Amino acid sequence: MAYVITEACIDCVHRSCVKECPVDCIYEGARALYIQPDECINCGACVPACPEEAIYYEDDLPDSSLPYLEDNANFFTQTLPGRSAPLNSPGAAAPLGRIGVDTPLVASHPAREVKA
Amino acid sequence: MNDADKSARSARVAVVGAGPAGLYAVHSLLASASPLGVDVFDRLPTPYGLVRYGVAPDNQKMKSVTRVLRTAFDHGKQVRFLGNVRFGVDIRRADLLEHYDAVVYATGAQGERRLDIPGEDLPGSYGAKAFVDWYNGHPDAAERDFDLRAHHVAVVGAGNVALDVARMLVRSPDEIAATDVPDRVLDAFRNSHVTDVHLIARRGLVQAKFTPEELRGLKDLVDVDIVIRPEDVSMIDDDEARIQANRQLRTNVAMLRDWAQRPLRGKSRRIHMRFLQRPVRIVGENRVEGVVLERNEPLADGGVRGTGRMETLDVETIFRSVGYEALPLPDVPFDRARSIIPHHRGRVLDGNDLSTEKEYVTGWAKRGPSGTIGTNKSDSAETVSTLLADLATRSSYHGSDPERVLTLLDDRGAQYTHWANWLRLDDHELALGRSQGRPRVKIPVLRAMLELSRGSSARGAIGGTE
Repeated sequence: MAYVITEACIDCVHRSCVKECPVDCIYEGARALYIQPDECINCGACVPACPEEAIYYEDDLPDSSLPYLEDNANFFTQTLPGRSAPLNSPGAAAPLGRIGVDTPLVASHPAREVKA
Repeated sequence: MNDADKSARSARVAVVGAGPAGLYAVHSLLASASPLGVDVFDRLPTPYGLVRYGVAPDNQKMKSVTRVLRTAFDHGKQVRFLGNVRFGVDIRRADLLEHYDAVVYATGAQGERRLDIPGEDLPGSYGAKAFVDWYNGHPDAAERDFDLRAHHVAVVGAGNVALDVARMLVRSPDEIAATDVPDRVLDAFRNSHVTDVHLIARRGLVQAKFTPEELRGLKDLVDVDIVIRPEDVSMIDDDEARIQANRQLRTNVAMLRDWAQRPLRGKSRRIHMRFLQRPVRIVGENRVEGVVLERNEPLADGGVRGTGRMETLDVETIFRSVGYEALPLPDVPFDRARSIIPHHRGRVLDGNDLSTEKEYVTGWAKRGPSGTIGTNKSDSAETVSTLLADLATRSSYHGSDPERVLTLLDDRGAQYTHWANWLRLDDHELALGRSQGRPRVKIPVLRAMLELSRGSSARGAIGGTE
């Protein structure tokens, strides 16, 4: 069980949640952020930090955002395009910096209007 | 400023308190460009503060934040843990100001507010903090016994601690056995007779202080019904506006309304959530037999008003959980009205709102008992950025040779422990857990903790201190 970042993050990537996360488990793809579900401690500190209200506890996901539950996990369990192995559980996001690729679901999402 | 002089000697910082606020402060200090030496003091031989002793045992995932906190001590002699050192006794404010270039108080909230109603001290009426200390294996409560043979228990309060206490009370013995509570605590839970926990909140659910994360914890209780009377979730128009404006409230209210509408499922235990009820007095001949509650009504400004309608709730035990509060540290400035160490962006202020020299504060001692573990990360980052900016203006550092503090502690007869000692105790607790199929079994008695820390246990292992 963990928190999940949904489509409202795509093309926003405000990153205000990243510095709030006490275990540094919010990883940056190219167009969105992803929560490593095994590293997340369910503290919820990221939720109020997100100006887009993109972050939900998995039980509370709106139906339309349910695919992002699996998709957040896929970012770590699947081999991302251009990489040779899955990220798995790196232990901390900061040392990796911007990973620069997304899951197919996020990558195929139509461009979103980004607020100034 | 002469940079050559400064680089000859690195600044030394003392952090008082090895809880999440203190250890996030260490993380921030280590991220600075200038080399620093840090000593982290704690009055216990164990690190992690409220992560170990506050976060409820049935929330092991939250406790796994130690994976990150422990890395503060991955830096060899640069960061030392000095456990079992009492501030004001073994080491004093004047000592720290003498031996360090900066002092960070991260001492948390050691006290607890009272209800101030008649009957509060009857046997069977407890502060929640003592109960939390006890089930978490805190040495302060190691010798206590909590009689869980009451059938009906009241928990007064609407914060996360009240929810933790209520949830723990209705856990089945098997659920408790899956946690790290001390053996003695597990035995008490095995003999528990508790069937009904009444969670009593003075104000309405819109004002309740628990977070959705905590409220959600009630969802996975297997053999428990959540009982909410429809009148408790009815609201005035202003409440609806407040709910719509606040995402956290929307989540809370949705969960509570769902429970209020759901038929009871005949479970063996129940949590009754009772809003808008004020405890007026606790009654009983020789021990708690009940609590008199006055029905409140909500006001447009978010406050409440008593209606004069009284009801007696029969309970045999009461836990009062109306808030932790920081206590004054010996010789350190304290704002009694707000129960915090006064500060500006983390720099400690004296009684005249002037900065004291090189003292800082973070965590609950700084902002009061609010927020999640994560809140401490940004809170400590603010404090440390103030501290580092101040250090940068100094022409030289005067922090003592690291050995001198140890000599001082030795002279005072302090039985201080190092990080290696904690790791030995940690290993012991984990091994004990493995032998019982549990994540860990905590050792709650200070004397035993110290013996195991030093390796001078019955098993005959010989251990040094470093």
